[in-house]
Amino acid sequence: MAECHPVAYQWVTEARLRGAKVIHIDPRFTRTSATADKHVPIRAGSDVVFLGALINHILANELYFKEYVVAFTNAATMVSEDYQDTEDLDGLFSGYDDKLNNYDPSSWAYATEGEGPNASPGTIGGPAAGHEHGHSGSERSAGDEHGSGGPALEHAKVKRDESLQDPHTVFQILKRHYARYTPEMVSEVCGISVDDFHYVARAVTENSGRDRTSAFVYAVGWTQHTLGAQFIRTAAIIQLLLGNMGRPGGGIMALRGHASIQGSTDIPTLYNILPGYLAMPMVGNHDTWDDYVSAIGNKQQKGFWANADAYAVSLLKAWWGDAATKENDWAFDYLPRLSGAHGTYQTTMAMKDGQVEGYFLLGQNPAVGSAHAKMQRLALAELKWLVVRDLQMIESATFWKDAPEIATGELSTEKIGTEVFFLPPASHVEKAGTFTQTQRLLQWRHKAVNPPGDCQSELEFFFELGKRIRARLADSDDPRDRPLLDLTWDYPLDDEGEISSEAVLQEINGRHLSGDKAGELAGMYTELKADGSTSSGCWIYSGVYAGGVNRSANRKPGREQGPTAQEWGWAWPDNRRILYNRASADPEGKPWSERKKYVWWDEEQQQWTGIDTPDFVKTKAPSYRPEPGTGGPDGLAGDDPFVMMADGKGWLFAPKGMLDGPLPTHYEPQESPVQNPLYGQQSNPARRVFPRKDNLWSPSGNAPGAEVYPFVFTTYRLTEHHTAGGMSRWLPYLSELQPEFFCEVSPELAAERGLANGGWATIVSARSAVEARVLVTERMTPLVIGGRTIHQVGLPYHWGVGRDAVVSGDAANDLLGIALDPNVQIQESKAGSCDIVPGRRPQGEALLRLVEEYQSRAGVTVETSNQLRTTTAGASGSSKEADA
Amino acid sequence: MGFWQHQLAGPTDPSHDAAWEEPEPRKGFFTDTSICIGCKACEVACKEWNAIPEDGLSLTGNSYDNTGSLGASTWRHVAFIEQTADRVEEARASGRRLVDLGMPALRPPDAPQGSPSAASGTAPAGLEGVVPTAVADDGSLDAMAAAARTAHATGTLPDFRWLMASDVCKHCTHAGCLDVCPTGALFRTEHGTVVVQPDVCNGCGYCVAACPFGVIERREDERDDKRGGGVVSNVGVAQKCTLCYDRLGHDQTPACAQACPTTSIKFGTLAEMLDTARDRVEVLHDNGFTEARLYGANADDGVGGTGSVFLLLDEPEVYGLPPDPRVPTADLPDMFRKAGIAAVAMFGMAVAAFAGRRR
Repeated sequence: MAECHPVAYQWVTEARLRGAKVIHIDPRFTRTSATADKHVPIRAGSDVVFLGALINHILANELYFKEYVVAFTNAATMVSEDYQDTEDLDGLFSGYDDKLNNYDPSSWAYATEGEGPNASPGTIGGPAAGHEHGHSGSERSAGDEHGSGGPALEHAKVKRDESLQDPHTVFQILKRHYARYTPEMVSEVCGISVDDFHYVARAVTENSGRDRTSAFVYAVGWTQHTLGAQFIRTAAIIQLLLGNMGRPGGGIMALRGHASIQGSTDIPTLYNILPGYLAMPMVGNHDTWDDYVSAIGNKQQKGFWANADAYAVSLLKAWWGDAATKENDWAFDYLPRLSGAHGTYQTTMAMKDGQVEGYFLLGQNPAVGSAHAKMQRLALAELKWLVVRDLQMIESATFWKDAPEIATGELSTEKIGTEVFFLPPASHVEKAGTFTQTQRLLQWRHKAVNPPGDCQSELEFFFELGKRIRARLADSDDPRDRPLLDLTWDYPLDDEGEISSEAVLQEINGRHLSGDKAGELAGMYTELKADGSTSSGCWIYSGVYAGGVNRSANRKPGREQGPTAQEWGWAWPDNRRILYNRASADPEGKPWSERKKYVWWDEEQQQWTGIDTPDFVKTKAPSYRPEPGTGGPDGLAGDDPFVMMADGKGWLFAPKGMLDGPLPTHYEPQESPVQNPLYGQQSNPARRVFPRKDNLWSPSGNAPGAEVYPFVFTTYRLTEHHTAGGMSRWLPYLSELQPEFFCEVSPELAAERGLANGGWATIVSARSAVEARVLVTERMTPLVIGGRTIHQVGLPYHWGVGRDAVVSGDAANDLLGIALDPNVQIQESKAGSCDIVPGRRPQGEALLRLVEEYQSRAGVTVETSNQLRTTTAGASGSSKEADA
Repeated sequence: MGFWQHQLAGPTDPSHDAAWEEPEPRKGFFTDTSICIGCKACEVACKEWNAIPEDGLSLTGNSYDNTGSLGASTWRHVAFIEQTADRVEEARASGRRLVDLGMPALRPPDAPQGSPSAASGTAPAGLEGVVPTAVADDGSLDAMAAAARTAHATGTLPDFRWLMASDVCKHCTHAGCLDVCPTGALFRTEHGTVVVQPDVCNGCGYCVAACPFGVIERREDERDDKRGGGVVSNVGVAQKCTLCYDRLGHDQTPACAQACPTTSIKFGTLAEMLDTARDRVEVLHDNGFTEARLYGANADDGVGGTGSVFLLLDEPEVYGLPPDPRVPTADLPDMFRKAGIAAVAMFGMAVAAFAGRRR
């Protein structure tokens, strides 16, 4: 955090002033470690073992927050008897489909009240409210939809055993699942000593409970694994068991990689979701409006997602205005349908295969910053046209003349047909708008100066592009042009003649279109209706402009207001600073302790009150119990704090929504020198792999040839640079602080391989080889894994080969391949296998021969490390017998 | 005699001595290296504000320090020092010796004497009293802080630590650079700081040799500056930190202190800075971090104390700072005394020689 988010680290510094203990768990010793109470080095990619052992420790020693766990989580909920665990199936869950290499999750469902065990899963509601097959879920990267709530359930009639004793309760399943995740296993898999494990376990458990809370803070590198989403899930389970969710000082905080990355998932630049985490409709699953609406939120489930139809109709009304009517299903058919996964990596591969004609790059430098940067560059060379909008002439704009592939002969400038349009943008101080940070806080930026010359903001650019396209199509009577022509594209202009960004924020906030409030801005998302009488461009942002006031521009200093600083910016939803904060009070609505008092039930006023906006129906008493079978917000009991979850509970076990298992399980990275010591299943069986000649992998574990790439490499950022360098390598003041690409190695590895501090090293993976200066440092620690020493090589990824920047160098991301998490299609960029040798890499074609020589020595083929199932247990369709 | 003596060494008020009729309270930095995160924001902010050219694009191989040292085009420099357990133990022991010599702050009387007071973890915590806290007095926080203190006062030495420290011009009470400047380019400001006037400097370089810290330097590099459109200003003249003289005049904080995210660099009147520094070192000593010590806070040192005070976690040499800086003028009385004695002796011998001849 000190390394990549130094400004936010001031709050950690202040927390330490107030007695907080900071523990840093990271493969390398960073600036954060330097100022933490303890640094615990871990082998990259082994996190679930470490966190799973914490869960086991908490359960085995009864250190969980019992009242919280019983009342607020699904610990007491019973799971279908069909469910089989990875402990039964050697690393697979029940439902693995060998044909599609994904799970059919129906056996993970909750046991159903009143009917036979899990009688008819998926019959109520549409496809997603039932049990969508993991394959199609992964194709549409369904995990992204859970950015503002859990997945839909068909209803919430579940069986519970609050004594937690029934073997089918989540609690007992959890206990069995993590029983083999012991401190000794941590030592063997993660390289963390038993003493260090106990230090962390003691610190976290002693600092959680009624009077205390602990927080997990991570940077997005934690997600960049083939089971990245499950890493975060493991931390979520710990936080639920310790009662650290919905309470001040608790939670899990994701530190994002850029300004407003949170904003760009809320109002997505992703292929698979619509604003506010509404699913993008998919061919076959959501062909009709009714299919779609019942899929995104079922009226019979509990909680606020049951009103998803109101959010979707309001969105379509915001986009297509009067052209969206009840008769045409609110212009639902104007929305494109997904035909499969079209994430950034699938697009890159399609581009390389000649299936993509044009590409827009907006402040992104994939030729340096994306995994398998070499494939990225080769793909750009296959485009017909490319638009780059960036502050500098980045490598992705100049690849056609200075990509390293020109030196190796794989590309030649004369043969590249890509027409590159470089358009200068406005920087963040040259345009007005909001940034949404990790706490969901929208903060308005005022424009400080006008952009110079032809520079344009993104908003202005796309507004203008839309105007020109619409003008060209104005006379068209082709129905396929209707979605463009019917768009509400009538934004007012400001004094400078630019589109008013306030007007856009108002559209996002939403309006009443008819009724007594017609024309008024919506006050919050509960005002949105499914009858076409409201519009809102992003339902979770509804309320940011309530009463005609731009609340994101609120700027009352913290010292002039209470601890939640509610008048600084605006947090979605409804200016809540902590989500699910009903959990900060006990089931009766009293604060868990005076010290951690946050939101509570006021008996006299008969309403919820506190220092934050209560995340609960304001007048719903703790004692309220709905009629069985009630859906929507009314279905939530007075002690169901997780109001966006379909059963109102925090999910220790995920009966739906995760495509690679209801519980996080340790799998080795796609490429790992270590054999999975827990299961025959080596890696995540549901991960997305792409067996291609240009995406080869080294052998893993005990497979022959793994010794050719014996070391683990991990990529990361430094304080001095920003991601792929577009905003730092062109600035002399930042470039001089970290002028060259370097690798960090331990003194032990340096001695083993003859690497000299300040000298050169060549790092070789199954994809490519790069050269870097060497920093020999005690900050890198060799770890003893399963009795042998595993060395890790640290690689900051800021440099790229080009001629325009102040500093350049090989790109660490050239070493990476493309293997993805199935839930959200994130690449595995934090753990790979490599070799390292002293000296500079060969130049020209000789570089390709070096990489090939390694591949052939290791016996690498297209199939290497790409088999998804590596255990023979639980063959498809007959999972029951596998018990025997 | 006292006034004149303190013109050369020892405690004094330099602005007053420089004949400012109504000097401002003397300003200074307190750099608390125990909470520095090495982000180098100070280096960048300094260069941005003062329009200093880029200073070389080579990797040093010395941890994350690619700046190297202070110089004409580097007015803030963050040092990075990697240390293993034995060196940490030595630092703690040497600090304990200073404490035993009567340096400020000792552990509470009830703390067991002689027991290993080593703190755990890689970095000192317990910042109370230094960073202003946003929360009003809440008894439980005191309890927590006390608990944190107890926790830190036990345990073992860290296996490894990474020290970071932002160095800057010391703005000495007795500034060697200023004393030797023949042109008056260097002057003492109303804030008690020392500033170069580049348009007056003739580039003689006397100041470079006179600075006991190696801070001031002549800008010799005429390399194209990518930022300044190919023009590097002030080539050939002496350059160093001005303590943002142009900002102080408008009641603004110097750029480095303004940019520091963790308040490791603090700015204020020197008296406040010294108080804060002494409080902080006391807290750290109470927590068992006996390696903490102040640098530049002693008005009786060889430069009469500095306007930039540092809290260090090891001996000054580790950070590249001279352990016993001494302004050349401090030796002037002694030199003149010896020269005087020599002159008297020679005169005496001459007299004696003549007297002898007469006999």
